[in-house]
Amino acid sequence: MMSVLTTIEKIRATARDGLVEVRSEAELETWRVAVMGRKSPLMSVLRSLGEIGAEERKEAGRAANLLKTELERALDDKREALGRARIEETETAGRIDVTLPPRPLPEGRLHPVTQTQRDIVDAFVAQGFSVIEGPEVELDYYNFEALRIPADHPARELMDTFYIDRSDDTDSKLLLRTHTSPNQIRFMEKNDPPIRIICPGRTYRNEATDPSHEWMITQTEVLAVDEGLTLAHLKGTLFELAKRLFGRDRKVRFRCDFFRFVEPGVDMSIDCFLCGGQGCRTCKKEGWIEILGAGMVHPEILEKMGYDPDIYTGFAAGLGVERIAMLRYGVDDIRHFYENDLRFLRQF
Amino acid sequence: MRVPIKWLSEYVTVTLPVKEVAQRLTMAGLEVTGIERTGDDWEDVVVGHVVDVQKHPDADRLTLVTVDIGGVDSFEVVCGAPNVAKGQNIAYAKLGARLIDARTGEKKKLKKAKIRGVVSRGMVCSERELGLSDEHEGILVLDASSEIGKPLAEVLGDTVLDIDMKPNRADGLSVVGVARDVAALTGETLREPDFELEAAGESVVGRARVDINDTDLCSRFTLAIIEDIKTGPSPAWMQEALLGAGMRPISNVVDITNYVMLELGQPIHAFDYDKVAEHHIIVRRAKDGETLKTLDGKERSFTSEQLLITDPIGPIAVAGVMGGLATEVTDETKTILLEVANFNPVNIRRTAMALKLQSEASRRFAWGIAPELAPMASRRVTKFLVELAGGKASEGLLDAYPVMSPPVHVSLARKRIPQVLGIDPSEEEIVKALEALGFSVESKIDRFEVGVPYWRRDVLGPDDVVEEVARMVGYERIPAAPLAGRVPNGVPQPTRELRERARDILVGAGMQEVITYPLTSLEVLGRVVDPDVLEKAPPLAVVNPLNVGQERMRTSLRGSLLDTLARNLRVTKAQVAIFEAARVYTPTSSALPNEEEQVVGVVTGSRLDRFGSSTEEKIDFYDAKAYVARLFDRLSVAASFVACEDYGLLSGRTARIDVSGKAVGVIGQVHPRTAKEFGLEKDVYLFEVRIADLLDHVPPVATMRAFSRYPAVVEDLAVVVDRIEPAASVLAEIEAHPLVASAHVFDEYVGAQVPEGRKSLAISVSFQAPDRTLTDKDVAKAREKIVARLRSRCAAELRS
Repeated sequence: MMSVLTTIEKIRATARDGLVEVRSEAELETWRVAVMGRKSPLMSVLRSLGEIGAEERKEAGRAANLLKTELERALDDKREALGRARIEETETAGRIDVTLPPRPLPEGRLHPVTQTQRDIVDAFVAQGFSVIEGPEVELDYYNFEALRIPADHPARELMDTFYIDRSDDTDSKLLLRTHTSPNQIRFMEKNDPPIRIICPGRTYRNEATDPSHEWMITQTEVLAVDEGLTLAHLKGTLFELAKRLFGRDRKVRFRCDFFRFVEPGVDMSIDCFLCGGQGCRTCKKEGWIEILGAGMVHPEILEKMGYDPDIYTGFAAGLGVERIAMLRYGVDDIRHFYENDLRFLRQF
Repeated sequence: MRVPIKWLSEYVTVTLPVKEVAQRLTMAGLEVTGIERTGDDWEDVVVGHVVDVQKHPDADRLTLVTVDIGGVDSFEVVCGAPNVAKGQNIAYAKLGARLIDARTGEKKKLKKAKIRGVVSRGMVCSERELGLSDEHEGILVLDASSEIGKPLAEVLGDTVLDIDMKPNRADGLSVVGVARDVAALTGETLREPDFELEAAGESVVGRARVDINDTDLCSRFTLAIIEDIKTGPSPAWMQEALLGAGMRPISNVVDITNYVMLELGQPIHAFDYDKVAEHHIIVRRAKDGETLKTLDGKERSFTSEQLLITDPIGPIAVAGVMGGLATEVTDETKTILLEVANFNPVNIRRTAMALKLQSEASRRFAWGIAPELAPMASRRVTKFLVELAGGKASEGLLDAYPVMSPPVHVSLARKRIPQVLGIDPSEEEIVKALEALGFSVESKIDRFEVGVPYWRRDVLGPDDVVEEVARMVGYERIPAAPLAGRVPNGVPQPTRELRERARDILVGAGMQEVITYPLTSLEVLGRVVDPDVLEKAPPLAVVNPLNVGQERMRTSLRGSLLDTLARNLRVTKAQVAIFEAARVYTPTSSALPNEEEQVVGVVTGSRLDRFGSSTEEKIDFYDAKAYVARLFDRLSVAASFVACEDYGLLSGRTARIDVSGKAVGVIGQVHPRTAKEFGLEKDVYLFEVRIADLLDHVPPVATMRAFSRYPAVVEDLAVVVDRIEPAASVLAEIEAHPLVASAHVFDEYVGAQVPEGRKSLAISVSFQAPDRTLTDKDVAKAREKIVARLRSRCAAELRS
């Protein structure tokens, strides 16, 4: 009978030879089962140790266990080597062209006017303003009369109006609001100072379209009323907006302008964010770009709303969202916004 | 308002560069929108003197003009203008000058040319060729005093400010008005126009008469008489001024009235004295249906709300708007009856609009001018008629001034200035600023007593004066102060908030937002809205639509979305998924319509492969449903889809979207017939969700549902049910079992393997208990119960 030690030595040789041939992880598993599995010769040896003499058992047991440990280590080494080889292969033969296009994900974006409107809203919400929305089909009273633009006032010529046919024809005329300013009146009628609101929404002007005119205009109305508010607060509030929209290093400038519902009325410009005020195409060589109209709420309006104009002052502003979007995105024709061409919309 | 700098300089010394003046005006509210220079491109054009005019040997209509430009040589030029004459000073273009071609309107370099056999060395220019006006019948004749040989740019060149005057500044519709602001803003003094007049004729008294019957519409009316008028052209300086201001010179009388209107802002009308019956003017409302042939030759009819200038026989002019043809000043006119009046702005505006006769004159009246101007303008016109048209001024002025408006006086509290502006200029500054603008100021302890000059009719209250101070001290003085004071409570806007969330969710899911117009046509609405509904509640109509197809306020967004989709499919072939969140306008019994927020999406096209190319696999109902499902999932709302019918959607492929048993929207395939009406050939799927209906069902935040930490047992179940049995009902029955954590369909089969009218659903069921690991026995029991339940409730059989 072959000595157990010889058998163990044979098992080692066979296992070692077998391991050299192993090329994959599957083959390695087959090898493992063959040399270390329950039915493997080594396991048989280990199981049969009890049947041999005590003298021989001690030596044979140590040798078999040694072999088992040795083979386990060889298995680990081989496994690691195979893993390394696989990674190396991925890095070489499995090389991919990283410049190929990505797998398409569904393409969805907010309309650029919505995006800009949201940035404007955020700038005011951060300063304690609430967002209010009002009707687009409006009464003449709110759109004009209450804002000190009576019928037949030449200021109406500044806002060409769409009128809505009314069957009853009893009250005030019905129209598509020409600005978001009616919301000032609607809110003040029902609330008391302090007031800080902004009113985003669509407005409509009955005028022919061209690269800088669109008959549907998105505006944001701003209104604050409290004790102690001045034109300086208006400037500060709008300055914050300008910085958020056009960069922290922006400068703002007020100039005199005319709107019936404010006094004094101003127009705000920012220094050109493209040329830094040097003069370029965007700012028409002026270095300044007008972005909105504003002013101190006319005392007659405050009085009509039941606020004492000697105590309360307020400021209001109106922004054209498309104009700001045009400036920010470099859009050269306002009509792009509502043509809704996906080749345009998918750029923002 | 166009203001030539040369003209402006008559009244104020312009010391600063024009650009700086324009800048200061703009900052002060007189927005200069353009600075136009004439003469910059008149290189090689000089003042020439016509020394000789000969007939062209071979052409009747042409002449040979010899031009002297002050040098040794004179130049022979072939000229076609009828008005060229010996002794004139003209604009001579040397060879090489760049002129506007009278026919093409384009700039062309002047070359030596042979015209009918004669060499022409240069050109005698018309206004058109110089770009001054459209006039090209005759040549431009320069003032006799212009220096021969001088570059034309130095003689005629000017800079014109284009000012976008705001309607509160009626005074700014005049060169003097602008000069006042320029003077105040640059520290100069205004030079008033010369109103000195020598009357040579007898008194007007008894030779004319004016009665104002309707003093509510006419507050002042003056008449002057100027005799011995010789009509002819006005002098070159006046023509030049008018051209610069954008008005065509016509004749001395017309030019003078226009000149003074532009100078002072007061419209003027000249009648032929001899054609006004009894030289008696009555200002009154028209009788209904009364007619007059106006200067433009049109017969016009009036209503009793329109104001007429009449004589005892009948109408002779439309007050403030246009004169009558019969009393017009002509070449034969000997004596002028000069009207300078003040009319009610609203009335003039209405009349001008009704007659579609808006003019420079009607605009000035409509903006409201000072009645004080009338006698001043009358004197100024008379002075020019005397000096430039050979007239003889009658002594005195008939001045009917029934309604005098007292001068405006404003008491301005000192504290009001810092209260409004946030800055506190010194008393000295305030007084200086206001006085520079013509206001009188009296300083009191706590206030300023301010007298408003007659021409500033826009200044009525303390804050108007505050604005004047701000204009003068400059807005750059006002600091940008952070918003201070009490912060009001926030005002919740649930509809808006939900709409904005919906936008974000749909964009996140891969849909593109669009924004479309709310105005559409009945025809487009008729494609997507039930005709009965349209008839019962007709959409609001716009009285004055801008474009065809934009007459109605939409009551559905579907048409706009389908139209947008169709337009995009012309340029893109891939898949398109777009949506809009906007309002529809439903008429109500009250004045304002119900403006209801909706979200509508449309989807079409094919799925994309790895490289983004379209595949054969078309987008279907379930793609559209995926967007809606994502929307509701993210809003933590459980929606169910119930097969239904809806107008314009394909029956059998349409579902109502229910939340807690209430309909909040609809989803379905657009009926191919409807799609075709929009030019859509492909299958299109649409969903519509009504924000207001959804609002009540949206929890503020999601509530956590506990899940079991014990292992789940997943088993597949294949059941055969009727084709019309909704999978959702089958799943609901399965999920009703307490040990079922979830169940979902992973396949649907209809075909040979199942009986006619039946379908097979493969359902994966996950069994799980909250408190223990399930045994095989537990699962088998549960499964048995479920199968039995499906058999009785859904007529289901287990597929083997």
